[in-house]
Amino acid sequence: MKKLIAAAAATLFATLAPAGASFAFEAGNTECIAPANAGGGWDFTCRQVGKALYDLKIVPSPVQVINLAGGGGGVAFAEVVAKRNGDDSLIVAASSATTTRLAQGAFPGASKDQVRWLGTIGADYGVIAVSKDSPVETLADLFEAVKENPSAVAFAGGSAVGGWDHLKVLIAAKAAGIDDARAIKYVAFEGGGEAVTQLLGGHVQAFSGDISETKGFVDSGDLKVLAVLADERLPGEFGQFPTAKEQGIDAVGANWRGFYAPGGMSDDAYDFWVDAIKTTYESDEWQAVMEANGLMPLAEFGADFDAFVSGEIANTEALSREIGILQ
Amino acid sequence: MDILASLGDGFAVALTWQNLGLALIGCFLGTIIGALPGLGPANGVAILIPLAFTLGLPATPALILLTSVYFGAMYGGRISSILLNIPGDEPAMMTTLDGYPMTQKGQAGEALALSGVASFVGAFFATWGLVFLAPQLVKVALLFGPAEYFALFTLAFATLGGIAARNQAKAVIAAALGLAIAMVGVDHQTGVPRLTFGEIHLYEGIHFLIAIVGLFAISEVFLFLEHPNGSAPGDAKVKLNRLTAPLSMLKETRGSMARGTVIGFLSGVLPGAGASLGSFVAYTVEKRLKDKEGTFGKGDPRGVAAPEAGNNAAAGGSLVPMLALGVPGSGTTAVMLAMLMALNITPGPLLFTQQPEVVWGLIAALFIGNVMLLLLNVPMVGLFVRVLQVPTKYLLPAVAMISFVGIYGLSGSTFDLLVMIIFGVGGYLLRKLDVPLVPVILGILLGNEMEKNLRRALTISDGDLSILWGSPIAITIWTLAILGFVAPLLVGRLLRPKKDATVAP
Repeated sequence: MKKLIAAAAATLFATLAPAGASFAFEAGNTECIAPANAGGGWDFTCRQVGKALYDLKIVPSPVQVINLAGGGGGVAFAEVVAKRNGDDSLIVAASSATTTRLAQGAFPGASKDQVRWLGTIGADYGVIAVSKDSPVETLADLFEAVKENPSAVAFAGGSAVGGWDHLKVLIAAKAAGIDDARAIKYVAFEGGGEAVTQLLGGHVQAFSGDISETKGFVDSGDLKVLAVLADERLPGEFGQFPTAKEQGIDAVGANWRGFYAPGGMSDDAYDFWVDAIKTTYESDEWQAVMEANGLMPLAEFGADFDAFVSGEIANTEALSREIGILQ
Repeated sequence: MDILASLGDGFAVALTWQNLGLALIGCFLGTIIGALPGLGPANGVAILIPLAFTLGLPATPALILLTSVYFGAMYGGRISSILLNIPGDEPAMMTTLDGYPMTQKGQAGEALALSGVASFVGAFFATWGLVFLAPQLVKVALLFGPAEYFALFTLAFATLGGIAARNQAKAVIAAALGLAIAMVGVDHQTGVPRLTFGEIHLYEGIHFLIAIVGLFAISEVFLFLEHPNGSAPGDAKVKLNRLTAPLSMLKETRGSMARGTVIGFLSGVLPGAGASLGSFVAYTVEKRLKDKEGTFGKGDPRGVAAPEAGNNAAAGGSLVPMLALGVPGSGTTAVMLAMLMALNITPGPLLFTQQPEVVWGLIAALFIGNVMLLLLNVPMVGLFVRVLQVPTKYLLPAVAMISFVGIYGLSGSTFDLLVMIIFGVGGYLLRKLDVPLVPVILGILLGNEMEKNLRRALTISDGDLSILWGSPIAITIWTLAILGFVAPLLVGRLLRPKKDATVAP
């Protein structure tokens, strides 16, 4: 009976769907795996996109979010590859953390090509910041201080050593001409909020995180953003922050958020989901969600996204070798 | 006066029939969720977030619903601690130490009523603390760097001997086991997996809830299997004297509640410490100060009042860094933080000025929720104690079932169920050897944080140990820790002959 209703609903909404979106695949009861406990970034991705997919009538029934935590996303990856490979109604939340771990071999036996990469729904650009009382005014100043005495500047970030917040510092340091990545002092905290608190308390000298984590503290004047690691200035109120590039340090670090799907997904279903993510991304509703949450534009879908992911993995791998996380 | 006017506005926002209804539902669900082993406040809040979205609730009602669940679960956690010796969630662990012995003495009703009142006192005054002290406390929280946190956790371990009623050496062994278990997982400061044996499920370490449910609930089931027809612990032989706490008991414990509240609130305010540390320190301090006759651990009402006031006050305290800094002070506030962001509210230094209606509405909701919980919990004592009249052969299979569902719900992974069973077997063996279980959990909960902060401090100082006592706060905490560790040894030596004569069985 349930199936019948779902099928009926699917047909109904399929007929209501805007023209041009005709696919051989029809969405039924969709599941979204968030590879972490409720409350994290992946959970947010699943819930917000799931809500938008339903509100936009792309899927006929509310998307069911499954929290499958463990191994920094590795448990979910393994589960999808091993048990749900042929599932056409499953999407999985991913982000830069996913590619970082794939690159560092932190998902045993996993490779990027075991799943199909659907698309992005935005990005959170990296920032490097200091507290308002710091004498440092530009990114170049900061790295100058590091060059002089590497142990005088401790960077705090919300990810583990070798994680994304750490890598962003290294990307910027390399672009600033610091060759010995191991000389950079990085202290790992639980999440960006804790790292910012430590910066404000004066326990560390600099902060590496995502722009969405810093917004509240920038508004209150506690935090001085030295540089955004984006190609050009960000839209809206974030436009006040200089990019690293305009300060002569060619460093870009975007924490993208997006989705992958099981590797055995049919081409019809894959095309449908790529288009679904793209339609969601372009909707006014999603643009409002992005603005509210400090998510910035980053649009890569289907084959483009797949190539983007390959590039990310290659870069991270090279960087990880340099700092000795990969041998 | 400004503050009281804002609070008045908050009540105006919160006091609608819809909000009161949501608070009632939240309190009730929260109490149940808290009482079920394996389901804690964090799960409760996480489970209800989709509900709040589906109902399309605006920010304030949604927050009222979720905070009611949060506080309800903090109240509810004590119920199974007291009745079954199985903590409903991690902060309620300390309540097992004296709560369950009270049940064995036939004082389950008193223990539940007393802990209900203590929970109310802790939460109520912590909310006032949140109202008046939040801005100042945030500044104090900022002073805590890795070195200070490390000293704080050392202080907790230094007072560990306080919880072992009989054999201190066994308590230390148990804590060491907990510390070892805490090491499992990817090391944050180097990214290297430790003790994971290539098993990806272990990369994020062992969740403390799995350990708690395994050690306490599953081992209880094993103990029962040993004597399926006999009288396992917690069998229906327990008789009930009364269903309320006598006034004299409340009077006797008001000092314990006051101390518990202050300690709990302060540890809640520190983002890295949380409710478990609050209830733990509240208990050990109480024992140090008041256990003149050696009654703690044998059903002393003060040993129930102090940690219950402590953990509920910590729940109020942990809202301070969440609202004022956007930093979650506990797992539950982390979930609530995500909820706030999903509602387009950015917690942080400006929340109080930018969205006062949300903050004050929430605070008013805390007051309403607490009164409601007190009113709900005291008359329901009669209902709760019925649990004891359920024969063990029906009760324990139900406990096992709830444990499995709860843990599976946590991560959706069958691997965790296996780990839980292993912990159950381990808990069974430890109980047979008369090794206390609480220090194991403390080792897991606090050991992890202790190590991380030590490593962070040493990274910052390039390995120079002097950073650990480099600030007045750190020196103060170290002094307390040394006093807490040494004083009982000296005092104990003076008192021991007398104590042994009266206490030894």
